[in-house]
Amino acid sequence: MIVETSDLWRTFGGVAAVAGVNFKLEPGELRCLIGSNGAGKSTFFKLLTGQLRPSKGHISILGRQTTTSQPFEISRLGVGIKTQVPNLFEGLSVRENLHLAARRTHAGKATRLAAEAMLEDIELADRAGAPVRELSHGQRQWVELGMVLVSEPKLVLLDEPAAGMTQAEVERTAMLLQRMRKDRAFIIVEHDMHFVRNIAERVTVFHRGRILVEDTMEAVTSNTEVRNAYLGQKFGKSHE
Amino acid sequence: MDIIALSGINIVYAVASLFLLAAGLSIIFGMMGVINLAHGEFLMLGGFAFVLSVNAGIDFWISMFVVAPLVVMFIGMVMERLIVRHLYGRTVETILATWGVSLFLIGVTSVTLGYQQLGVSAPLGSVEIGDYRVGGYTFFIIGLAVAVLAFLYAILRWSSFGLKARGTMQNASTAATLGVNVGYVYSATFGLGAAISGLAGAAFAPIAGVTPVSGLTYIGKAFITVIAGGPLPLIGTSTASLLLGFINSAVTAISTPVLGEIALLAAAILLLRLLPAGITGRFFRGGL
Amino acid sequence: MKTELTSPAFIAAFVIGGAIVFAAPLFLETYDLFNFTVFAIMAMLAISLNFVWGIGGILSLGQALFFGLGGYAYAITAINLGSGWGILAAIAVPCLFALIVGYVAFYGRISDVYFGVVSLTISLILYNFVNSTSDAFYTIGTARLGGYNGIPSVPPIQAPWAAQPLGFEAMYVLCALTALVFYLGVRLFVSAPFGRVIIAVRENDLRAELLGYDPRYHRLVVFAIGAAMSGLAGAYFAAWGAFIGPDTFSVSFAAQAIIWVLFGGLGTLIGPVVGALSVSWFTTWLGEVRLLDPNIALGLLFIISVLLVPNGMVPALRRLLERLRIVKERADT
Repeated sequence: MIVETSDLWRTFGGVAAVAGVNFKLEPGELRCLIGSNGAGKSTFFKLLTGQLRPSKGHISILGRQTTTSQPFEISRLGVGIKTQVPNLFEGLSVRENLHLAARRTHAGKATRLAAEAMLEDIELADRAGAPVRELSHGQRQWVELGMVLVSEPKLVLLDEPAAGMTQAEVERTAMLLQRMRKDRAFIIVEHDMHFVRNIAERVTVFHRGRILVEDTMEAVTSNTEVRNAYLGQKFGKSHE
Repeated sequence: MDIIALSGINIVYAVASLFLLAAGLSIIFGMMGVINLAHGEFLMLGGFAFVLSVNAGIDFWISMFVVAPLVVMFIGMVMERLIVRHLYGRTVETILATWGVSLFLIGVTSVTLGYQQLGVSAPLGSVEIGDYRVGGYTFFIIGLAVAVLAFLYAILRWSSFGLKARGTMQNASTAATLGVNVGYVYSATFGLGAAISGLAGAAFAPIAGVTPVSGLTYIGKAFITVIAGGPLPLIGTSTASLLLGFINSAVTAISTPVLGEIALLAAAILLLRLLPAGITGRFFRGGL
Repeated sequence: MKTELTSPAFIAAFVIGGAIVFAAPLFLETYDLFNFTVFAIMAMLAISLNFVWGIGGILSLGQALFFGLGGYAYAITAINLGSGWGILAAIAVPCLFALIVGYVAFYGRISDVYFGVVSLTISLILYNFVNSTSDAFYTIGTARLGGYNGIPSVPPIQAPWAAQPLGFEAMYVLCALTALVFYLGVRLFVSAPFGRVIIAVRENDLRAELLGYDPRYHRLVVFAIGAAMSGLAGAYFAAWGAFIGPDTFSVSFAAQAIIWVLFGGLGTLIGPVVGALSVSWFTTWLGEVRLLDPNIALGLLFIISVLLVPNGMVPALRRLLERLRIVKERADT
């Protein structure tokens, strides 16, 4: 098992944002987590990445107990993490951002090669020297994806990688992810149904802090329980 | 038995002093997120306003409860208007600018009033507890702390200003969309904090005297109390005062005041190691 | 960054600057040399504060307390064991103290603002503590702490192989040289891989952490190195004036260090040095002409720096020069 949580809880002042989640991810699997706002996906994500501590329960990632680990310890297991808001070194250039990411896992010259290769992959080689704060929103998201992937992670955790992107950018992001897929395991929290349909094999639907359904995309879209949970939020129609 | 009563009074007095010294700072910090490094000088100016006004023949209590708070409130609001207002949301810059104000005020008072210590003798005589005598003014400080706490609670809880201030504290932009004049709320909050500091400075003047650098003897304790208390001004500062005042007076009783201060600092740092956002960063969420 | 270090213009500027600094004893009066020595020491403190605050992003408002600790550690150790041990103690004691405070603060993930205020409070309380040590009880070996009177007759620095302690000129050269080494060291540090990570942690510590860097550890290292640097400056200061007193822990001294860095340009490499030299010179001059209370002047400078030149003088001057250049180019074409 790449990721396994058992009876995972997180409460905020009496409100359970994550309420007893048992989640499993097989090697090589790409899983999307969906659910309406406040369903607990993002809290669950922060528990996996060590940004929050569980109130109860256990997490194991890549065969290690990570329930009380710090984010950097989880990252060092070989986990690439992208948070919801673009989280970059704003004052540093695209190349420097990638370089810093590659440096943890590559030695010497290999660092530079990996960073340059990733510049090509995210198609930002022509902006390599620009400070990332000068890039567009979509480009910044790709820089961050590049930073996540350049360290050759075994597991990739992405929180809304397509948020705030135009339709064209969403498709490009999906293609980029497919290309970087290799045999890695992915967990992707995403709102954009268009994106999810493009990329996901299996999806996990969160509702009120629990897992409502876990199935293929087609099965989930036709599931009435899921439709009710979304309460007519145009689920399955657009990318809203 | 008497010694126990005396120690008890000393501890309560230490707690009350800490609360009074920190209250004005905590209002400004809790409501606006601004650490006012000129807080010590607010206390000092309160002390001077009080002493000078008593020396000019104005009644002791009027000097303390009216003159000192009004003078410092005015200075605080001018400072808010001229400096702090331009830096909202930039916490570090605000700290630095208020530090500049602190130096400036020390400089101005030492030029105009000189370095010698001014004072007024404390009224209210003393109370006998067995073989010991305790100044009546000690009880006044304790009572004053309780009164200030009650007053602040009432203002923030029940007045319309309090409601606006709490709303602004929770979310300034939402408050603004609901028609709250955020600038006015900040200005008034700063004025309120400054007035309380002025009162506290006046209250301690009969005990410690006033010099232009008097503020420096108070601010260490005030900062530590507010930071250990966390974001909620009243609960935070009163719980932190309880805890730290107890430690401070207990260590002072068995050693020296300076070691008591070091113990207070050490206790606060250990507390922050466990609760990085202070006591109310973890507990009592949503209170005052 | 690396190319900048080896560029001919940089090397030339550096050699010329260095030559002026070291030729100074040849044409300066002893009194001026004495002042220049203390300017070099203040520049060391400014560089160390900038290293911690500007490069490392740690709001170390009470950084000057390490200067005081270094001075006291030097004085006490030099009186008891000689100046060589004194220098070592002046580096080790502040460093150790910073490791303890930094461990508690950074590993407890105290927020930036809280850390700043706590560091300032530590300074305040050390000030009160040292002031209260006039009793003979506070004697370490043969060194009396002396309370508010400070420690007089601090021994000068003497190389272990030398027969004589350093004279005025040698002391000046040592201080200027160390300041230069500090400056170069920080410059090299910033372009070195570890320095890039430090900057990454400053820019966005969550991102750095998610890449697997431990921000707590990186902050602690920067803080400890900075404390050691300030401590060495404090030792030189104690040796220079043969005296160390509790004023090195005072809030106004802590404020001065902050103003130097802020006024010169936080996070720039040369700005803090410029700030330290210009502001120290300015306050010395004010003291001589007695025009304005130094606290008023420093306070106003502080406020003006924050409100009007938020990035500091050096970047502001650079922008001004750049603008003038553009205007001139336009006029030329």
